[in-house]
Amino acid sequence: MAMLEIDNLHAKIDGDEGKEILKGLSLKVNPGEVHAIMGPNGSGKSTLSYILAGKEDYEVTDGSVTLDGEDLLEMEIDERAAKGVFLAFQYPIEVPGVATMTFLRAALNAQRKKRGEAEISTPDFLRLVKAKSGALGINPDMLKRGVNVGFSGGEKKRMEILQMAILEPKICILDETDSGLDIDALKVVSEGVNALRSPDRGMIVITHYQRLLNHIVPDFVHVMNKGRIVRSGGKELALELEANGYAEYQQDAA
Amino acid sequence: MPAVQETVEQVRSIDVDQYKYGFFTDIESEKAPKGLDEDTVRFISAKKNEPEWMLEWRLEAFRRWQTMREPDWARVSYPAIDYQNLYYYSAPKRPSQLSIDDIDPEILATYEKLGIPLRERDALLGIESAGGSRVAVDAVFDSVSVATTFKEELAKAGVIFMPISEAIREYPELVKKYLGSVVPVTDNFFATLNSAVFSDGSFVYVPKGVRCPMELSTYFRINERNTGQFERTLIIADEGAYVSYLEGCTAPMRDENQLHAAVVELVALADAEIKYSTVQNWYPGDKDGKGGIFNFVTKRGDCRGDRSKISWTQVETGSAITWKYPSCILRGDNSQGEFYSIAISNGRQQVDSGTKMIHLGKNTSSRIISKGIAAGYSDNTYRGLVSAHRKATGARNFTNCDSLLIGDKCGAHTVPYIESKNSSAHFEHEATTSKISEDQLFYCRQRGLDPEEATALIVNGFVKDVLQQLPMEFAVEAQKLISVSLEGSVG
Ligand SMILES: Nc1ncnc2c1ncn2[C@@H]1O[C@H](COP(=O)(O)OP(=O)(O)OP(=O)(O)O)[C@@H](O)[C@H]1O
Ligand SMILES: [Mg+2]
Repeated sequence: MAMLEIDNLHAKIDGDEGKEILKGLSLKVNPGEVHAIMGPNGSGKSTLSYILAGKEDYEVTDGSVTLDGEDLLEMEIDERAAKGVFLAFQYPIEVPGVATMTFLRAALNAQRKKRGEAEISTPDFLRLVKAKSGALGINPDMLKRGVNVGFSGGEKKRMEILQMAILEPKICILDETDSGLDIDALKVVSEGVNALRSPDRGMIVITHYQRLLNHIVPDFVHVMNKGRIVRSGGKELALELEANGYAEYQQDAA
Repeated sequence: MPAVQETVEQVRSIDVDQYKYGFFTDIESEKAPKGLDEDTVRFISAKKNEPEWMLEWRLEAFRRWQTMREPDWARVSYPAIDYQNLYYYSAPKRPSQLSIDDIDPEILATYEKLGIPLRERDALLGIESAGGSRVAVDAVFDSVSVATTFKEELAKAGVIFMPISEAIREYPELVKKYLGSVVPVTDNFFATLNSAVFSDGSFVYVPKGVRCPMELSTYFRINERNTGQFERTLIIADEGAYVSYLEGCTAPMRDENQLHAAVVELVALADAEIKYSTVQNWYPGDKDGKGGIFNFVTKRGDCRGDRSKISWTQVETGSAITWKYPSCILRGDNSQGEFYSIAISNGRQQVDSGTKMIHLGKNTSSRIISKGIAAGYSDNTYRGLVSAHRKATGARNFTNCDSLLIGDKCGAHTVPYIESKNSSAHFEHEATTSKISEDQLFYCRQRGLDPEEATALIVNGFVKDVLQQLPMEFAVEAQKLISVSLEGSVG
């Protein structure tokens, strides 16, 4: 059994009768694998990432998701996080008045505690943050500021990757982490993500641009359209999409 | 800020709907007969060995009170209080304010349980290691002050810090000059009642040019059943003096409501500064609104001298009803007033609180930062007045009132009054009302925080500007308190 197994997932907006967004999506992610998901606007990519993370606005009407054989859909949001599900948000949320440093530590300790581990000591934590933020080119002064408050689009994305580096999740879901990044930042962030690639960690990278996949080279590329994966292939599929667009798939699905 | 973690621990360790300070201390006490008439006033005055002038002052207040009506303009509702069904004086039987070894060990234990060491040696060890500075404490148990620490050391600096009952006997001239000079005897129903029956409280005098060498604090504890607490605090900072003062309050859990009607007067002479902080955690009642303290308090500071400054900081988490408007009269030219408030209501609590900034002198300035947080079925009102007298040229005020709602059964209201009789006055007002957003909660939980941890973190962020105003030792305490009082508000 794969580490993350999504099988025939159907989901709609909670309380909304008509609108089904995911319409039978299946995907398997094994440890060490990087899966890229591409697809037109509105095809359901962010919805998939939210449902994996446990956001309450959606209702799963059919199908299943397991993480290491356990039913992921039964778990609370924070329980999933402690089990290693991490979502780098397409639009990171502001938490005013809470210093980023405080937030990082609260999150790390909450996860450790749920896993029955001891809290991290202050010196260890400071050392960890210093090393990880340095690698991502994050100015330490920014960590004193409120979570995502007044950060530029690119800074927010770097912070998401910093959080990921500190929390060391098992399965990373990156939702358009490349959007809003300048060319240099794209490099730094990609290096940050690559540094986290490991034989026991899986990744789902959602993007619109092949450019990101030059830096984070995926093992698989999937095309998503209208709530379903309509084609899967190797990294060369991204190049093909870049050249031809989605027209072909949109007709197929219609 | 590891306090967040501690906060969360604390929330966990307590069952929902359980007030941590709700225990009762079983000691023998001496009470005035139930009810209120002139004899009650005489009884209290006699118990305190008061001079004749003080008794007269009280009696006049009492006669005046009989002609007054309870105010009803605040956005709070409660069953009528039967003023004849209360005890107005209750004191532990053992003599108070002797050596620490004479204090009833039960009372010492009570304060220890509350985290307030009354032995100076313990105080040194305890608080110094926590915050790096020392704090002198006046402990008021029901109607009397039971201990005041560091008195001698303060006396060396010329600072007078003692129960007001003692000050009335030892420094009658100071008391006569200032008592009732900020909150007149006839100010309002509750203040007038307090003037008639106040039993104890703290008195502080900081002489010219002296910076008080340590934080001063009073810790109020209501213990007895059916007993009103009417404390009276008077703080005077003479020219160029500085003092920082903190009060804390708790009470046992009881089914019936208890009345607390305090008066606090602050006087700052030229170039003096008073910083007054409150962490109010009276018993709020149970989740259905049974029991709890009625906290009807009059607090006012008079910036009497030029360039004087008075700053109020309050963290209000307790009481069934809070009716409280710490205010500043900006009389001296270039004087400054500040009000920083965090008011949290949960369960069935009702809070109507705010401030008044009365600009009388030239170039006076004031600043109001109020953070109201409503959860459960509670109601939370900010009521503020900023006024400029016609001679108050160049008066400036900045007001920022933010309300945060948790859940959809609670209410937050902002009632600002602005009166300007001087065209050069410049008043700015900002107000926001927000809810803890689902997106914020989701984001925090995605990072591993459970709903209570996430709420505590977001709320602590919301009140940060005000928490920063508190002395360090108390900021940590207040932060914990905030989370504890929000317990059970999510999920
Ligand atoms: N909470 C919601 N309420 C209403 N509609 C929603 C909600 N969430 C998603 N949708 C709708 O579901 C569809 C899929 O949205 P989603 O954000 O998952 O697309 P996406 O593939 O991430 O698009 P993009 O590439 O633009 O980020 C869209 O039509 C969107 O409007
Ligand atoms: Mg999207």
